Amino acid sequence: MSDHSHDHQHDHDHHGHHEETWVTKYVFSMDHKVISRQFLITAVIMGVVGMLMSTLFRLQLGWPGEKFAFVNWMLGDHWGKDGIMSPDMYLGLVTIHGTIMVFFVLTGGLSGTFSNLLIPYQVGARDMASGFLNMLSYWFFFISSVIMLVSLFVASGPASAGWTIYPPLSALPQAIPGSGLGMTLWLVSMSLFIVSALLGGLNYIITVLNLRTKGMTMSRLPLTIWAFLITAILGVLSFPVLLGGCLLLIFDRGFGTSFYLSDIYIGGQALDYQGGSPILFQHLFWFLGHPEVYIVLLPALGMASEIISVNSRKPIFGYKAMVGSMLAIGFLSFIVWGHHMFLTGMNPFLGSVFVFTTLLIAIPSAVKAFNYITTLWKGNLVFTPAMLFCIGLVSTFITGGVTGIILADSALDIPVHDTYFVVAHFHIVMGLSAILGMFAGVYHWFPKLFLRMMNKPLGYLHFWITFVSAYGVFFPMHFIGLAGVPRRYYTNTEFPMFDNLVDINELVSVFAIIGAIAQGIFLFNFFYSIFRGERATENPWNSTTLEWTNGVEHIHGNWHGALPEVHRWPYDYSKPGKEKDFVMQTVPLEPGEIDGGEHHRP
Amino acid sequence: MSFLTLLAIALGVITLGYIVRIFELSSELKGEQQNWVIRDKDNKTQGTLFLLFLIGFFLFVAWQLVAYKDRLLPVAASEEGVEIDWLMNFNFIIIFIVFVIVNFLLFYFAFKYRFDSNRKALYYPVNHRLEILWTVIPGIAMAIIIVLGLKLWSSLQRDPVENGEEHIKIELVAEQFRWSARYAGDDNELGNFNYRLIAGANNLGVDSTDANSWDDFTLANEIYIPKGKRVYFSLRSKDIIHSAYFPHFRMQMNCVPGLHTMLHFMPTITTDSMRMITKNENFEYILLCNKICGASHFNMKMVVKVVEMDEFTKWYDEKKKNTIFKMDAPAAMETPKMEPVADTTKKD
Ligand code: HEM
Ligand SMILES: [Cu+2]
Ligand SMILES: [Cu+2]
Repeated sequence: MSDHSHDHQHDHDHHGHHEETWVTKYVFSMDHKVISRQFLITAVIMGVVGMLMSTLFRLQLGWPGEKFAFVNWMLGDHWGKDGIMSPDMYLGLVTIHGTIMVFFVLTGGLSGTFSNLLIPYQVGARDMASGFLNMLSYWFFFISSVIMLVSLFVASGPASAGWTIYPPLSALPQAIPGSGLGMTLWLVSMSLFIVSALLGGLNYIITVLNLRTKGMTMSRLPLTIWAFLITAILGVLSFPVLLGGCLLLIFDRGFGTSFYLSDIYIGGQALDYQGGSPILFQHLFWFLGHPEVYIVLLPALGMASEIISVNSRKPIFGYKAMVGSMLAIGFLSFIVWGHHMFLTGMNPFLGSVFVFTTLLIAIPSAVKAFNYITTLWKGNLVFTPAMLFCIGLVSTFITGGVTGIILADSALDIPVHDTYFVVAHFHIVMGLSAILGMFAGVYHWFPKLFLRMMNKPLGYLHFWITFVSAYGVFFPMHFIGLAGVPRRYYTNTEFPMFDNLVDINELVSVFAIIGAIAQGIFLFNFFYSIFRGERATENPWNSTTLEWTNGVEHIHGNWHGALPEVHRWPYDYSKPGKEKDFVMQTVPLEPGEIDGGEHHRP
Repeated sequence: MSFLTLLAIALGVITLGYIVRIFELSSELKGEQQNWVIRDKDNKTQGTLFLLFLIGFFLFVAWQLVAYKDRLLPVAASEEGVEIDWLMNFNFIIIFIVFVIVNFLLFYFAFKYRFDSNRKALYYPVNHRLEILWTVIPGIAMAIIIVLGLKLWSSLQRDPVENGEEHIKIELVAEQFRWSARYAGDDNELGNFNYRLIAGANNLGVDSTDANSWDDFTLANEIYIPKGKRVYFSLRSKDIIHSAYFPHFRMQMNCVPGLHTMLHFMPTITTDSMRMITKNENFEYILLCNKICGASHFNMKMVVKVVEMDEFTKWYDEKKKNTIFKMDAPAAMETPKMEPVADTTKKD
């Protein structure tokens, strides 16, 4: 890399004496470490909101018609009269819960926190390529979060058409009150969110491609960075399509166009819209929507690769295959979106193509799962809280992944499409895997984020309650789905055929409440440790990567003096002939020593 | 109550605070400096917990398989449903095996290879042969699944009307929050419709100038279909997207405003027989809405009665007298010039 001149420039920028006020340091900061923490804390707050919502509607689903003072307290008399939430509010909560979890916690929060923290640290850069765009990225995210939260307090209720906001439901306030001002705010918020995701994504890509330190070739990148890079590329290519889709929806809603609307009779009136197609929106939405699930998942998988390798004291098995499978997943994720639309009346042949491409994704996914497990095999596993979360992640990735094979098979999708079987599938494979990965990242890199350590026993406690209740919530949902219960139902009491599911729903809700309470342990540990945690050491987990070479301080420019130089791949754990069980990336190769795992013969 | 909730949260936080303090103090007493360091004891405990989790998890799954078996949908009541169920079970067996093996290996390895300071991890970065093996095996499994799946899919999605298969034609119209059905009458042809014609009793917007519509009749709340004859549902929506979901027949398709969609199946079990099979004398086949459509989405349904052919014919002959457009004499049918204007509908 021709980084030498670059270093020089940076030294000037950063170590010159410019005044830092509290505001430029902690609020409008351009430092990736500060921005990363800003993303994290915002995401934690959004996560709490999203989780509280799920608790509220789990109360409704578990004990429909029961009066809960808690519901009344949270929702007020209008939406939660006598402690029973209204059907409109139910849909509003489900919608905002999904939106917050997918976009704000697991896209903005996950990539925002860890791409920001780890890309400059692990590639050996002084900061992101553009600190200014990076700052803008956070503040767009912040404003969009605020707008999304504000939309909860609109008199006609928040957007209620599901997180997929299919028109015409989302286009016509006559159809559902949430499609009034609530939907407008949703669209504004998401548009700002997309701007934030694009600014962040471009920055991540450019930083990885251009600012790697000397010796950090692409094949020496930690898998985290590969994951963040591919994630960012997916985002940059697909988010604009959603933005376009949202803009057309805004036109249909406000300016009388008919992109998505045709032949509609509602509220005793035939509307004038002619010639549009609601299905067009679904194509645009899922062209983002499917890559989006990998945008959520890949960073978590990347971090798991790193954490599992570190704590197995073993190189990740099949580095090249891991990169290759992520590239394959990334590519394929763009040509499978139709599997969400098998039942929209699409041409059956087109449907067949989507079946084929979708089931192809199972192959690189299986490779990843097997490689994780082989990494554990004959390892020497150190059970840090982060490691526990990663093992949990591999489990949910498998358990949720296999049911995808059912859903991808269009003929089998017919009876389970849009049922709780789908809710179980995507929560386990995407929601749980990504959330567990995010927790793992927080526990593992807390010392880099806040220079302190999180409490270990509380971490263990948090993991076990979370993991057990997660399966307790989502595994039984498969059965609810196979019994034919559609998703987005306010209650199952209107159908005698669902009467025998009452106790399953109660069981699920009990686990959901336990799981939610367990997050209190995390919140406490998190905030307590920020201020009172034990002081970190430079390299607490004995890792090899660059972020553990710059002491226990937040240095503007990341390293005092020159940038570190890289001489080997990041996975030299327990390498034969070495004294310690890990060799830092900065340690030069010995004469005759071969770099990387490719040519190793055991 | 809100005060109590706050109090409970506050108490929780305080308790946790104490737990942490106690951990800190007790380890300080033991002279341990860094509480976050993972000790042998931790690895042993956590490894054992993974083993316990493995056992508990599999027991939990097994218990659900047994306890919830009878809560699932009863045996498929259509020819297509039987085929779908067969393939579904086939796929479930494959994925269940994968699920068990891989989860077992994961948790078992977690237990078996927990840290031991006397051991060194094996430096084992790559093995191309293994990797090829587990690319090829899923590849083969996928190939089988794809071939079987697509064969069934193309048969399910064929258009029986185009193919000239014998069928009875019914139109299902979705709107917030109910279903209406229109039977095609003796000609088995549905008359045209236009959403702008929706008015008064003609609530489906049927075009009275189309002779095909003259014998059409509509129903709400409950429909009959015959056992052993292919039923072709033509689907549409008046307002927003809904989805016609027949769980017992394993059939579903969206209803989209401005678009024509369809589904079809061959019912094989009458409602009465299903009552015997499920030992539930109130059993009914239900059509549900399975696409979010507003406040009463959870309650948008229609009863579907499957009856023997002769009972169906009797029922049909009765219902078909109630055509949408009342024509006084059959003669009207033969003189298309005479216009059965939409006004005629207003009288009912
Ligand atoms: C705190 C634990 C969670 C619980 C108890 C929970 C529960 C639920 C339930 C029951 C539904 C379906 C409601 C319905 O269809 O009527 C739902 C919807 C959803 N959840 Fe979660 N969830 C949780 C966490 C998550 C996470 C971590 C994600 C991240 C991906 C997530 C994403 C979604 C999405 C995208 C939907 C669909 C929303 C829609 O239908 O528009 N949830 N959640
Ligand atoms: Cu998808
Ligand atoms: Cu509906």
